[in-house]
Amino acid sequence: MTTEALSPSASRVVEGPRGAKPKRLTISRIGVYAFLVLAALFFLMPLWVMVVTSLKGMPEIQMRNLFAWPSELTFEPWIKAWDTACTGRDCNGLKPGFWNSIKITAVGTFFSIVIAAMNGYALSFWRYKGANILFGLLLFGAFVPYQVVIYPLILGFRQVGLFGTFPAIIIVHVIFGMPILTLLFRNFFVSLPPELFKAARVDGAGFWQIFFQIMLPMSVPITIVAVILQVTGIWNDFLFGTVFAGRENMPMTVQLNNIVQTTTGVREYNVHMAATILTAAVPLAVYFISGKWFVRGIAAGAVKG
Amino acid sequence: MILTAIGVFVVCIIYSFLLSFTSSRLFPSFDFIGFDQYERLWSTQRWLVSVNNLWIFGLLSIGSNMVVGYLLAVFMDQRIRQEDLFRSIFLYPFAMSLVITGLVWRWILDPNYGLQATVRGWGFADFSFAPLVDSNTAIYGLVVAGIWNGVGVSMAIMLAGLRGVDSEIWKAAKIDGIPTWKTYLQIVLPMMRGAILTAFILQCVGVVRVFDLVVAMTQGGPGIATQMPAIFVIQHITDRANVGLGMAAATMMLLPVVLLLGLQQFIQWRANQKRMNS
Repeated sequence: MTTEALSPSASRVVEGPRGAKPKRLTISRIGVYAFLVLAALFFLMPLWVMVVTSLKGMPEIQMRNLFAWPSELTFEPWIKAWDTACTGRDCNGLKPGFWNSIKITAVGTFFSIVIAAMNGYALSFWRYKGANILFGLLLFGAFVPYQVVIYPLILGFRQVGLFGTFPAIIIVHVIFGMPILTLLFRNFFVSLPPELFKAARVDGAGFWQIFFQIMLPMSVPITIVAVILQVTGIWNDFLFGTVFAGRENMPMTVQLNNIVQTTTGVREYNVHMAATILTAAVPLAVYFISGKWFVRGIAAGAVKG
Repeated sequence: MILTAIGVFVVCIIYSFLLSFTSSRLFPSFDFIGFDQYERLWSTQRWLVSVNNLWIFGLLSIGSNMVVGYLLAVFMDQRIRQEDLFRSIFLYPFAMSLVITGLVWRWILDPNYGLQATVRGWGFADFSFAPLVDSNTAIYGLVVAGIWNGVGVSMAIMLAGLRGVDSEIWKAAKIDGIPTWKTYLQIVLPMMRGAILTAFILQCVGVVRVFDLVVAMTQGGPGIATQMPAIFVIQHITDRANVGLGMAAATMMLLPVVLLLGLQQFIQWRANQKRMNS
């Protein structure tokens, strides 16, 4: 399934769209564009609404003009969302959440990818007994609803006194990222020519030597895909953040939700939308910078299938 | 390393499974009471509503995501200008967290200041579109947000599938004088079974796990109108302090995943058999 999902997206770049080259604007061409533009408007609408709402003052929001560009631009909501918005009694805005998310994402991505790369390497070249069963179990792990695993994990963390700490949230991300990332790396290593590995063996290279000197340098592209997958995945996580991170390490998504759901006083929709954009900024930046790589990441994420 | 991860999964699943047969409340206990928790689960209104919602949400959002995704992919395949731009537009919601999706749509669907109020302000005084405040329609509000978030992925996967179809097929269809739309529907569609299955399974897993979206958008309300199994479980192991019941619900969540995986294995196995016979 991987190769199926990965290769077409890769070959497409070369092939390009097919069919006769359009010579003139026919009615059906206009129809095609009309449909696509309408669809695009639907997809862009929420982004537009987010941006204009975040730049309005509250009086203007109460004038009920969701789509209008603000008549008086204000960046006050952005400053408030970042600096002083309240969750319950704490009024520090989103910034602690932002730094927590940066920490969690950086450390979590690093560990989950290093471990998954080693796993994938071991699974594909050093076929030990039961490797296939392990592989099947991993596939299963990629599908399990988190709710089935969460409670025993909470108990486990409580037992060793890690519940609600930074290591806990990192471990959780590493564990849940493991199946899909291991599959990703395994499928990549399997696609490499086995001669490479054999030649290195003949030359007397060991497990670690082959891994660090041959395999790692070759796996730059797949590592980029994995990084994109993990950074967006961990940054966007909400469930694990709520359950495992504890108050000290609350990630940005959880804090955002808390700010918005705080019901005391006037609902400041402009601040909420500014906060939403701030939280979305990192994955959006990853998305727009990585471009085609992101699509490949999704296709690779489809290894699950 | 790998063993630890798998160990954690296996041990946790077994542990959860065992707890579902006990009378655990706030803390785990091993006082086994057989299938009582399951009986209680299936007579709990909150759970029945959850399951029902999962069906509605699942069928509608998966159905629309697949159909609209394929349609978009076909239109994108018409050698259009600015293909990359369109792709970026259709796909960017997926890069954002479901929490963000939920919060944005909650704001758009806000009855007092959102879409409904705006359109009424344009002079359509009877316009009404505020599904989230009515417990009969709240679930459809979730579906809209789910579609916005998820269509792009189906589109991307199916477009890759479309481009992977042998170009000879197209020439042959053209020579035979088969209209384009018919080729797409009757010849190409069955040929990209892999891509479709991939997109479908991806969507299914997303639906079973849906949690963030509901929490951000409706928090399960109004009342219990938009409860989902994923929320049911979390609530029962935290606020509602009924671990036994929560674990019974979690086990029920695992069931469709197991069935789906079994189905996929079966299809693959049959495909292998066919390949061997031919």
